[in-house]
Amino acid sequence: MAAGIGVVGVVAQERVLPLTELRSGIEFAGPEVRELQQDEFANPGMLWVERGARLWSEVPRTAKAQSCAGCHGDAATSMRDVAARYPRIDSTSGELLNLEARINQCRSERQGQTPWSFESQELLSISSLVSHHGKINGLNVVIDGAARPHFEAGRRLYYQRVGQMNLACAQCHEANWSRTLLAERISQGHPNAYPAYRMEWQSLGSLERRLRACYSGIRAELYPFGAIEHRQLALFLAWRAQGLPMEAPGVRR
Amino acid sequence: MAARIQLPAQARRGEVIEIRLLVQHPMETGYRYDEGGQPIARNVIRTLSCRYAGEEVFRAEMSQGIAANPYLQFTTVALESGDIEFSWVDDEGVAGSERQRLVVTG
Amino acid sequence: MKREGMNAGSDMKHGNGADLARRRLLSVLAASLTWPLWPRQAEAQLSLLDPNVLAFARGAEVRRGRVRLTMPPLADNGNTVSLRVVVDSPMSPQDHVKVIALVSSRNPEPNIARFYLGPRAGRADIATRVRLAGSQRVMAVAEMSDGSFWLDSHEIVVTMSACLDESL
Repeated sequence: MAAGIGVVGVVAQERVLPLTELRSGIEFAGPEVRELQQDEFANPGMLWVERGARLWSEVPRTAKAQSCAGCHGDAATSMRDVAARYPRIDSTSGELLNLEARINQCRSERQGQTPWSFESQELLSISSLVSHHGKINGLNVVIDGAARPHFEAGRRLYYQRVGQMNLACAQCHEANWSRTLLAERISQGHPNAYPAYRMEWQSLGSLERRLRACYSGIRAELYPFGAIEHRQLALFLAWRAQGLPMEAPGVRR
Repeated sequence: MAARIQLPAQARRGEVIEIRLLVQHPMETGYRYDEGGQPIARNVIRTLSCRYAGEEVFRAEMSQGIAANPYLQFTTVALESGDIEFSWVDDEGVAGSERQRLVVTG
Repeated sequence: MKREGMNAGSDMKHGNGADLARRRLLSVLAASLTWPLWPRQAEAQLSLLDPNVLAFARGAEVRRGRVRLTMPPLADNGNTVSLRVVVDSPMSPQDHVKVIALVSSRNPEPNIARFYLGPRAGRADIATRVRLAGSQRVMAVAEMSDGSFWLDSHEIVVTMSACLDESL
């Protein structure tokens, strides 16, 4: 009991942004963006969810393989409690996987198919379907055990000043959220909307793509898609936003 | 190409119903360049038409000025039970179609 | 002689168009003299002189009214701007909207889209999402079954993103 309280105390101290002050990025968006996200029919991200639902029950060409539905059944029920727990440690390999990597692992190991490439329409469709069905949940990641070193690495990345502008994530999203940068209000930088439809992309994209966009914005070197750094940072971000409801597919400017 | 159609499951004869359509398409402007510096050819859905009860009831002729993943909303008078059918074609000649049934009562 | 004859037709056409444009320009200038109405009135009048609006009307007079174009005054991003056009019309076989044209004052392709309707529509009420290459004036023109043309226009400010995304 005492140990439990102790852990809670340590965790509470670690939080620069208190859980009571968590605000989803949608709260910093304009009325047009908010309206687009809330419209369950016309949210353009729903096109990927729809395509994902079709792919879910599609049997791969290889005769032996099953469709996603063959093992997991109806995604609406089986995937309810999945996306919010990623990134997480894969119990067999001990690797830190994000949702996309987990989907591809299933695809190669269970279905015997070639993994989909990062940001491919297929991978985005399945990941947005799975995330969409987990929408009611608040982000809920495990940072202990094998995840701990990744979490610490993610935290270091978050506070590490990088690039020509010499900025860390924290300078904008922790020290200056809700202030304006040109015509934009700076958000707290939470991952809960992803995969999200960004107007700037005119497409749905993953959290990894969004992180790369941020690094590009501060003129820093980009990590490649699939880099462990993205997953570590995503783990820290998910912990930082612990309990914040998922919005996938979110809409952002 | 995925597409979504929204219309009421049923309507009374003579009622004006709202139809909403969302099509997955990049509506490539022709103004962008790829990573190798080569221009990406324009590819937009030029024409999208909606047929219902034996007639074209709506047609959109579009340019690259319509946003990616085009969204269209319009109305039609419920006449008889039947399919509301959409068909479209883009600059590359790729055609798509989608339909949804409307039940008309009264 | 033959050449002159051939040109006569197109000269006539241009002559009429230029005449019309000149008359409208004069009316804009006249409007500008009554200074309290400037610049809103004159700005609104500019839409009636837009070459793409004139081309759509094929020489017919375009009047303000009957059309209502609704869109936000400010867009966070020019890639996706929602708008709606409602035209006051009974949409009967005798009296209906045939076409609604969307025209941009600044896009590289100014003719955004045309929507073909008819009496089967029940109402003249359409919505879509457009791309806007910067702050500008958007115009919606309706062609009626009686051959008349009606217009509404809307000024919109398109803001720029603070962070450049050159990651892909």
